[in-house]
Amino acid sequence: MIKRTIGDTAALSGRSLQHVLRSPDTIITTAITPIAMLLLFVYVFGGAIDSGDENYVNYLLPGILLITVASGIAYTAFRLFTDVSGGIFERFQSMPIARPAVLWSHVLTSLVANFVSLVLVVAVALLMGFRTGAGLPAWLGVLAIMLLFTLAMTWLAVIPGLTAKSVDGVSGFSYPLIFLPFVSSAFVPTDNMPAPVQWFAENQPVTPIVNTVRSLFAQEPVGSDLWVALGWCVGLLLVAYALAMRTYRRRLA
Amino acid sequence: MSTSPAIQITGLTKSYGDLPVLRGVDLDVTAGSILALLGSNGAGKTTLVKILSTLLRADGGTATVQGFDVASQPAQVRESISLTGQFTAVDEVLTGRENLALIARLRHLPRPGAIADQLLARFSLTDAAGRRVATYSGGMRRRIDIAMSLIGNPPVVFLDEPTTGLDPQARNEVWDAVRELADTGTTVLLTTQHLEEAEQLADRIAILHEGRIIANGSLAELKRLLPPAKVEYVEKQPTLEEVFLSIVGDPARATATATATAGARQDRNPDDTAATVGADE
Ligand SMILES: Nc1ncnc2c1ncn2[C@@H]1O[C@H](COP(=O)(O)OP(=O)(O)OP(=O)(O)O)[C@@H](O)[C@H]1O
Ligand SMILES: [Mg+2]
Repeated sequence: MIKRTIGDTAALSGRSLQHVLRSPDTIITTAITPIAMLLLFVYVFGGAIDSGDENYVNYLLPGILLITVASGIAYTAFRLFTDVSGGIFERFQSMPIARPAVLWSHVLTSLVANFVSLVLVVAVALLMGFRTGAGLPAWLGVLAIMLLFTLAMTWLAVIPGLTAKSVDGVSGFSYPLIFLPFVSSAFVPTDNMPAPVQWFAENQPVTPIVNTVRSLFAQEPVGSDLWVALGWCVGLLLVAYALAMRTYRRRLA
Repeated sequence: MSTSPAIQITGLTKSYGDLPVLRGVDLDVTAGSILALLGSNGAGKTTLVKILSTLLRADGGTATVQGFDVASQPAQVRESISLTGQFTAVDEVLTGRENLALIARLRHLPRPGAIADQLLARFSLTDAAGRRVATYSGGMRRRIDIAMSLIGNPPVVFLDEPTTGLDPQARNEVWDAVRELADTGTTVLLTTQHLEEAEQLADRIAILHEGRIIANGSLAELKRLLPPAKVEYVEKQPTLEEVFLSIVGDPARATATATATAGARQDRNPDDTAATVGADE
């Protein structure tokens, strides 16, 4: 049974990755919004923002990476929506395919596609002056946190992918996620924000994740931010997964 | 064959909200036979097929496929069936060949590529094999769709309006494929709007109306339900289909229809009309 689940997931992931390979524009588009923000903030607003870090690209990159994932998962939802509305989803459901394989193939594809987009964004950041002395363990730490965050966001994206009635509904859900980093420590330190905004900024998931990644790149101790960040990621993952699976089962009503 | 029916439906009910669609469907399909399910638009044919293929849950009643209950043993049912839904369900991004090979792989068959090639030839799609399905015409898409459903030779096949939108040649290919299925012992439940299709293919015909099966029998049995036929004189003209097939040149049927057409043309003389005779009184 496990062997079968893995085999079916592999076959379906291969298919889903073909979709990504045959429209590489989705990866470019995913990377373009965050890259544009990077350019805008560094070269236009950068001079006016006091981040307390002499290299503003270094300061900015962690938040930009989260925005990359937030825009990347819109395509995950879109690919799933296309399967559901096009009927091939029902074909798979009527076949003797391991039940979890259909969703997991989309989830794995999402991890791969977002990883490629993240690599693109980091490459551009390096060209713009991003520097880190981080060694392999720190890079692996960043990779692990980004994958965990992507996994949680992907399961969130599965919900509109399964339920949306139109393409607009599918892409719409990711806009709030893209803007969440603006009310966090991603672009400016939270110290100078008005009290209620500061309270929100410091208690939403983006800030601890951004702070953790920033510390890892700067080779500073991550402190309690790491645990808060992991707590948010794992919590979001569990909630999103449970909701997505419930939606998946409800489709069979 | 004195085995139990391949499909057994008893008292099946299903409503969408306040709208009752199936109100107690009873239907058996003998193993190895072809049953055509007729019904007007919205009669609930697709709903019934979806319940049988485990995509929808019924509100009440039972249905079994190959002895497995669709509600409590869906995994076993899925092992036994294949579904061609009313609307084509293909991967537009993949090529025709990749679509077929994917299904073969998902059915855990050896040599998926060879299976794909064989089906492409059978449905006259070899030339289009390497093109993305997005570039196919509607009929080509439907043929790939049906070919995908035949992979793995499941004992029970559901075809929901399989030939809607196909040209006569493609339709004949599908009909031949369906007959071949029945010859090899596959049970086929097909829904259709084309009564001719039911006449051509089906061993039995069932009519779904207002949520119930109101008639179920062979063509001859159903014809007996009507008042006796009268003698009538009708000019024997080729049907448009015969003309189309003879001009376009369907390899399998061209000769037969061409003769029919030629013969019919000579009958244009009004005095020389052919008579259709049925039993009177
Ligand atoms: N998901 C749904 N939600 C609400 N009503 C539905 C749903 N699916 C079908 N119906 C309704 O159920 C009835 C039966 O639909 P169904 O698709 O089974 O008919 P059908 O016999 O296949 O028709 P057709 O010949 O047009 O394909 C219709 O009145 C339809 O509007
Ligand atoms: Mg229908």
